[in-house]
Amino acid sequence: MAGAVVPAIRIQREDFDVAAEIAGLTKGRTDIGAVVTFSGLCRDEQGALSALELEHYPGMAEAEIGRIAAEAAGRWPLQGLTVIHRHGKIAPGDNIVLVVAASSHRQAAFEAANFLMDYLKSRAPFWKKEHRADGSQGGWVEAKEADDQAAERWKKQGE
Amino acid sequence: MSTKLIYFAWVRERIGKPEEDVDLPAGIETVADLLRWLKSRGEEYENALQYPDVIRVAINQEHVGHREKIEGAREIALFPPMTGG
Repeated sequence: MAGAVVPAIRIQREDFDVAAEIAGLTKGRTDIGAVVTFSGLCRDEQGALSALELEHYPGMAEAEIGRIAAEAAGRWPLQGLTVIHRHGKIAPGDNIVLVVAASSHRQAAFEAANFLMDYLKSRAPFWKKEHRADGSQGGWVEAKEADDQAAERWKKQGE
Repeated sequence: MSTKLIYFAWVRERIGKPEEDVDLPAGIETVADLLRWLKSRGEEYENALQYPDVIRVAINQEHVGHREKIEGAREIALFPPMTGG
């Protein structure tokens, strides 16, 4: 697609500032009519967890999210796209992931953000390990069938 | 030629190391062959790869299926289904 946006992908240990990321995409521009953000946060599962530890595959995490973001930029007319995924130990209430999709109109921004999250869940090389609040050994979070199905629904006919 | 194997999450924990360089014996052509061979290397591998169908694989940092040929792979990663996002 001519003039397709170049997505910004960041894999980092540090937190991010949602408002600053939105401003980074929209500042000085007058052609963006819609910005959709999705933030994923760490839950404590009714007090059971003290943290999640996110392991990732350095190099491939950036590459795979880049491939997913490039596909989104090819499918929807986006004017900006930022994806940030944190790794390391993350406390309940803290941010894990951010998708910011900017477009002229809301539908493209909503759909692109939704698509990105569905694909991130099943294809981005990250794994969550639980730290339990009672100090007992936590396990690895199991992948959900529903997440794979969520990604499947974006497949184009014939794929 | 040696190939770098990298393990993540519970695959890494069960095998007991994050990565290793291996010389693949002749006849190991596909990802499925590799998993079968690795599984025979000891109890820790048997434990990690007990259910090969659930193991996800990336060659040179791209997802592949178990029927993919591994010829020319510099880096092969084995890991459980992903749980990011």
